[in-house]
Amino acid sequence: MYQYDNYDQAMVDARVAEFRDQVSRRLEGKLTEEQFRPLRLMNGLYLQLHAYMLRVAVPYGTLSGRQMRMLGHIARKYDRGYGHFTTRQNIQYNWIKLSDAPDILADLASVEMHAIQTSGNCIRNISSDQYAGVAADEVADPRPWAELMRQWSSFHPEFSYLPRKFKIAVIASPEDRAAMRLHDIGLELVKRDGVIGARVFVGGGMGRTPMVAPEVNPFVTEDEIIAYVEACLRVYNRYGRRDNKYKARIKILVHELGVEEYRRQVAEEFAHMKALGLNPPREELARIAAYFADPAYEGGLPDALDRSDPDFALWVDRNVATHKQPGYAIVNISLKPIGGIPGDASADQIELMADLAERYSMDELRVTHAQNIVLPYVRKAELYALWQELHAAGLGEPNLDLVTDIIACPGLDYCSLANARSIPVAQKIAQRFAGNGKDAHIGELKLKISGCINACGHHHAGHIGILGVDRKGTENYQLLLGGSGAEDCSLGTITGPGFDENGIVDAVEKATDLYLRERAEGERFLDTYRRLGMAPFKEAIYG
Amino acid sequence: MKILTANDLATGDVVWWAGDGWSRLLAQAVDTASEGDAIGKREEAARHVVSAYVVDAEMTADGPRPAHIKERIRGLGPTVRPDLTLKPEAGDLTAWVI
Ligand code: HEM
Ligand code: SF4
Repeated sequence: MYQYDNYDQAMVDARVAEFRDQVSRRLEGKLTEEQFRPLRLMNGLYLQLHAYMLRVAVPYGTLSGRQMRMLGHIARKYDRGYGHFTTRQNIQYNWIKLSDAPDILADLASVEMHAIQTSGNCIRNISSDQYAGVAADEVADPRPWAELMRQWSSFHPEFSYLPRKFKIAVIASPEDRAAMRLHDIGLELVKRDGVIGARVFVGGGMGRTPMVAPEVNPFVTEDEIIAYVEACLRVYNRYGRRDNKYKARIKILVHELGVEEYRRQVAEEFAHMKALGLNPPREELARIAAYFADPAYEGGLPDALDRSDPDFALWVDRNVATHKQPGYAIVNISLKPIGGIPGDASADQIELMADLAERYSMDELRVTHAQNIVLPYVRKAELYALWQELHAAGLGEPNLDLVTDIIACPGLDYCSLANARSIPVAQKIAQRFAGNGKDAHIGELKLKISGCINACGHHHAGHIGILGVDRKGTENYQLLLGGSGAEDCSLGTITGPGFDENGIVDAVEKATDLYLRERAEGERFLDTYRRLGMAPFKEAIYG
Repeated sequence: MKILTANDLATGDVVWWAGDGWSRLLAQAVDTASEGDAIGKREEAARHVVSAYVVDAEMTADGPRPAHIKERIRGLGPTVRPDLTLKPEAGDLTAWVI
């Protein structure tokens, strides 16, 4: 894992001191709310429906046990005993006191964490593949590039006041586990003639105008990635729409210019950047990459598992993924217990996961964009012991990628921008499908719920998506089918008129019942939908 | 009736104007008639609260009930965490909210 050098630590410490001063000036009346608001937002502190909310960055979703334990400590000491893991691989606390915020940031800084650039029109936390470094299909560990970009983008003066927020994802596998093409910039590391480089996708996103990012460059060599991304941002910073918040994301610029013209402008800018020699030296990437070198794997570990406990065997089949190293496994901890709140974890659970990471996973955890946690380095021989501990703590739900593994934003239960609640809908769907046993029968089905058009819950990218809308003051839910955030990226289509809370649960069941009747051998829900098209689903749902 | 809500500046707690100060209990909210905006501005300037705004509500046997679900949830707490709401005694939270 990356460790802060003196610069990193000094920057973060200075920011804590600065914010402490700003908070005390606010409380003493030397700053008005208008003056203070942008300052608190720069430190991830929002004002939400019930209280201040703090969003803490988890760079590319990677955490050590010590960092995870601190997240648990913050939940217990400063919040109401829990936190919410988000689709941006971050964690949010819902009940923060302004007067505590500087102490929280200081606690975070003590474990090399912060809330910088988790809000505002800047480059946000870089997201990545939760299986980075351990996936069998990756061409390289994407995290050194993500870390390089974190350093480059932190307090980048030119990009601190972009037209709008800016989200970057880096992956290095053909299988996209990070919704890469739904980011402002998505990078996929690939190898060409033995050389590493990146495919660059620009202008993806969800929100009110969802778009799948088109490919702007099929191969930028690894040494030039930073300069190329900088060129992409420069063109955006210059021409992005600052006049209209709803047209300010880069996706609108790319769309309005057309990808050809945008590509041409970036190429022009890139030629200019190249001459300036802005790419970081190779040694810097090598220095960073050394932190992400493979851990000392033990050789000769057994691959065989004792599957005699059927509950354990079920969990292994659902939640454990193949590791590149023989004898090891990747464990997914579901934060989606049936009837629970997607992405929420109690302070006890967070601390336990920290503990388990130290004991079973070489002191490392990952946060996934699907709001689950990953232990990336577990010896297969220890899977059973680990599972028993998870199971006992309510963290052993065997439902990865099933219809009950729902992504849901906080919705109207917490969010002041929401039109409708997301969490109760997720709970009802999970209970319905776990109760009637159709969940396992259906297999992979990514269901994603947002409480408003901002799409924090990725509803456009759900095989089944649900969007909360306000219909004359009552909650109403629209259904979307056919989205995907993976390598077969696509945007869902609205089925038709919306439903109330019970109606939407029924509608989801009707759609999946049709799938169960019609599916061909090996087809997922999404495949059947793509083969049959919307018409029969519409008929099943409304007919 | 028109009631006034805000967040306590230092703690962020949701508060309601109770006539002579702020209360954490929606049940204690009073009708601010046409005065709400002015009270809100004054209280913000005094750094007691932040983000004050007026909400339409109707008086019921249980006290004021905001017209919109958003402020009903704001007054109660998250419907999915009945352990954290301010009205644990109310039998059916959902019925009150919806
Ligand atoms: C509760 C406080 C939150 C606020 C005020 C908020 C606000 C917003 C807004 C305004 C947008 C739309 C931006 C745009 O289209 O330009 C957005 C998008 C998004 N937010 Fe949030 N959000 C919140 C919580 C969350 C949470 C909890 C998550 C993760 C579960 C999240 C993840 C995202 C994602 C992934 C997008 C989509 C980005 C895109 O359009 O491509 N946000 N958010
Ligand atoms: S999608 Fe809307 S309701 Fe959900 S968290 Fe984002 S802004 Fe709030």
